[in-house]
Amino acid sequence: MRNEKATFGQSVRRVEDRALLTGKGRYLDDLQPPGCLSVAFARSPYAHASFTTIDKDAALAMPGVIAVMSHADLAPHLRNDRLVVGLPSAAITLKVDRPVLAIDEVVHVGEPVALVIAENRAAAEDAAEALDIDYEPLDVVSDCRAALEPDSPTVHQSHDHNCLASFGFSFGDVDQAFADAAHIVRRSFDVHRGAAMSLEGRGVLAVPPDLDGVLSVWSSTQTPQALKTQLCQMLGLDPLGIKVRTPDLGGGFGPKLVTYPEEIATTAAALKIGRPLKWVEDRREHFVATAQERDQLWDMEMALEADGRIRGLRGALIHDHGAYTARGLNIPYGSAVTVPLPYNINAYKLDVQVVLTNKVPVAPLRGAGQPQAAFVMERMLDAAAETIGMDRSEIRALNLVRADQMPCVKPLKLRGGTNITLDSGDYPATQALALDKAGWQEFPARQKAALAEGRYLGIGLANYVEGTGRGPYETVSVEVQRTGRILVTTGAAAMGQGTETMLAQIVAEQLGGDMANITVRTGDTTGSLGFGGFNSRQTVVAGASAHQAACTVREKLLAVAADLLEADAADLEIVDNTVALKGVRGRHLPFADLAGAALGLPGFKLPGIKQPGLLSSDQVVIDDMTYSNGTAVAEVEVDPRTGQVCLLNFVLAHDCGRMVNPKLVDGQILGGIAHGIGNALYEQMVFDEDGQPLTTTLADYLLVSAAEMPQIHIVHTESPSPLNALGVKGVGESGVIPTAPAIASAVENALAPFGVSITSAPLSPQTVRRAVRQAGGAA
Amino acid sequence: MERHPLNLTVNGKPYAVETEFRKTLADTLREDCGLTGTHVGCEHGVCGACTVVVEGKAVRSCLMFAHQAEGMEIETVESLEKEGELHVLQEAFAEHHALQCGFCTPGFLMLVKGAVERGEELSDAELRHLLSSNLCRCTGYQNIIRAVRAAIDTFKEKASAVPEAAR
Ligand code: FES
Ligand code: FES
Repeated sequence: MRNEKATFGQSVRRVEDRALLTGKGRYLDDLQPPGCLSVAFARSPYAHASFTTIDKDAALAMPGVIAVMSHADLAPHLRNDRLVVGLPSAAITLKVDRPVLAIDEVVHVGEPVALVIAENRAAAEDAAEALDIDYEPLDVVSDCRAALEPDSPTVHQSHDHNCLASFGFSFGDVDQAFADAAHIVRRSFDVHRGAAMSLEGRGVLAVPPDLDGVLSVWSSTQTPQALKTQLCQMLGLDPLGIKVRTPDLGGGFGPKLVTYPEEIATTAAALKIGRPLKWVEDRREHFVATAQERDQLWDMEMALEADGRIRGLRGALIHDHGAYTARGLNIPYGSAVTVPLPYNINAYKLDVQVVLTNKVPVAPLRGAGQPQAAFVMERMLDAAAETIGMDRSEIRALNLVRADQMPCVKPLKLRGGTNITLDSGDYPATQALALDKAGWQEFPARQKAALAEGRYLGIGLANYVEGTGRGPYETVSVEVQRTGRILVTTGAAAMGQGTETMLAQIVAEQLGGDMANITVRTGDTTGSLGFGGFNSRQTVVAGASAHQAACTVREKLLAVAADLLEADAADLEIVDNTVALKGVRGRHLPFADLAGAALGLPGFKLPGIKQPGLLSSDQVVIDDMTYSNGTAVAEVEVDPRTGQVCLLNFVLAHDCGRMVNPKLVDGQILGGIAHGIGNALYEQMVFDEDGQPLTTTLADYLLVSAAEMPQIHIVHTESPSPLNALGVKGVGESGVIPTAPAIASAVENALAPFGVSITSAPLSPQTVRRAVRQAGGAA
Repeated sequence: MERHPLNLTVNGKPYAVETEFRKTLADTLREDCGLTGTHVGCEHGVCGACTVVVEGKAVRSCLMFAHQAEGMEIETVESLEKEGELHVLQEAFAEHHALQCGFCTPGFLMLVKGAVERGEELSDAELRHLLSSNLCRCTGYQNIIRAVRAAIDTFKEKASAVPEAAR
């Protein structure tokens, strides 16, 4: 597949950067059509309350206020009061779809209750505050374990319990595995993940129908296709009467894949008043109204042979779902299937309960349940190693899936019903690379020397397998236009990862290597069937379609040129956006001429091609997911007196198949690790027992800054995926998955003199101090 | 809410606008001056996405009222590119993949512009300390650190390449 000038596999500069660096990016709030009004939402101040009336008079009398709309005002314009966005599952027993605006009950702080339209945002916010709503507070469910007690209050008045779904996974004879095990290890874990905190929040702009009768909606979303489908259904629109587009996105990280009530309400209101309306989420709203990932509570047992081989694993998971279904059961499902993936485990049983709480809904955040699963599995292995008296790396090497087992079919199914098959990789070799780079063997000497000075150093490791490239497909169209420029159009959605560059590299590889001659349009919802950006899928599924489309266009380009140059296609090559006869100076035709000829002339035969035009639109269907893998090693220093953890060194050896652009792969991994460090040490959404979120500013909810980042060393290995022609795998979530467990392992190792056991994340100084104290540490 | 006339000087150009007293400099630059390169990430002074240079100093424009900036020299990200040529800092960010979504980028550029143009000798810890003023959710900072280092070096080289007489 190598062609004239390589772009695939090269660390080329990104095509996105120039605009973004010069202030010419176009993010949602930069779009300001004439006559545009601002929207603010009045949101519930209570975690649970009922209400009957919304008194708008005072708000409507305020300067600059145009309208106030409640559920009753929007209902006549909606086909459905509720937004049904959950992925289907037979295990779901309660219907908890969210209303577009609250009807008579609010079930989490931040739930939108009324929409205010004003000349500017400040006026709209003032008016939203002036609304008089007769809330009657109700009992609150703020803890997902307590929510399961028989006498617990309920999250929704209309339901008599809080267990949204119970399901389980089981394979092998688990009871037998435990019956005569040499060792059994038990631990309980409390794994918290916080909020996404893309630096740009959500936002939507709706512009009522133009001269062509087309409604335009712009949204800072990862899934414009899903939004278009929902808008058509909810507002009763013909797909031809609406255009949904994405501007530049200031980050996504998961929650922007959900279709939200604010997008529907703002669009409905714009249609109702016939003016362009824009709503831009502020930071507080991002904390209270954008999906987050929050709490999982695990009780686990592992059975082992005397030599450290795993016999079986069993346990239970309680997953906090929040008050409504924003996506479905995919996070707990993903957690449950991910636990045993990297290792050879013959017997596994996990019971999962998905529980409602009076908190903002939970939906995928970078990693989507996989980081929690890795935390649990890797902590269990550390506990097992300690019990048996083995090195933590040896117990892993002994149990990891080996290269000679690939492809390795796991007795677990993806949510669509296909079996999980680890497709390629050498997990033990990757672990060995990481250990080597991190100086694992020499660490005990470093640790001893430090201890002699009264400093507590620790080292820890964690393996992961990341499911990437969620199918079935993404459309990519490639066309050499009449001007000679190449246009690539796709439903794949960009949110900052470099999707345009990735596609341009794959297409340029086939079409002469000039990326500057390529325009990429992402997030297309007019011609492109597809799904958008999530699950580290775009390089795999959109990449495969782009490759195929580009190969087809190459063939056509050469066929037309062969006809016009009266040559054999095999003797042609692409040079500087022309097709040239190899080795013959001056015998070449520019793309523009070939594209013109390919359109045909009345009465003449098409030149060398059967269909007109130099274009191809492809949807390569890939049902199976492809699995990336890796090993993280963290080295820390812990102060047992203050509980402070300082990261000294971090290594990630990984394998994401063939890399389209190693520099961009590094970027994805570095960002993921930073997020993982946040999950390990800093990021916590704190709620009080009334369900009030207490961390609603960036001064309370701590994101990692440059000061906390250690030196990070990345080691690449490439085991091509056999599932797609390019051999690529996804990498967007790799960095985040093993980071918290590697750090937890290191902290436990540092505090080994105190006998501390680390079973939760994040590890705030208070948590570490408490662990030291509980272990009876004198420090 | 009453609007009041206001004269701002941004990137050397005069802007005559009318805003409420309570409007921030960030919102005024974006909405009244049409300079949307300055971004707003938190509106409470933590993220630094809104950083601009006022009277030679990096300032969070979400924490300053536009009326407070009257008569002062304001520089925004739009001032960095000169006649189609990127500033060394912008070049370095592109070369070292120091941006992903780009939302934080204008803030980082304006935060470190002064240090780069003064060719400051910053230790690793000092550079991290400076960069820790702003937040980025995408990059993990390592490439931003690299880019700023490279930009400082390039700027110094360029400055020393200019013949003595021309300085
Ligand atoms: S927007 Fe000004 S500091 Fe965040
Ligand atoms: S590049 Fe996205 S926040 Fe920094």
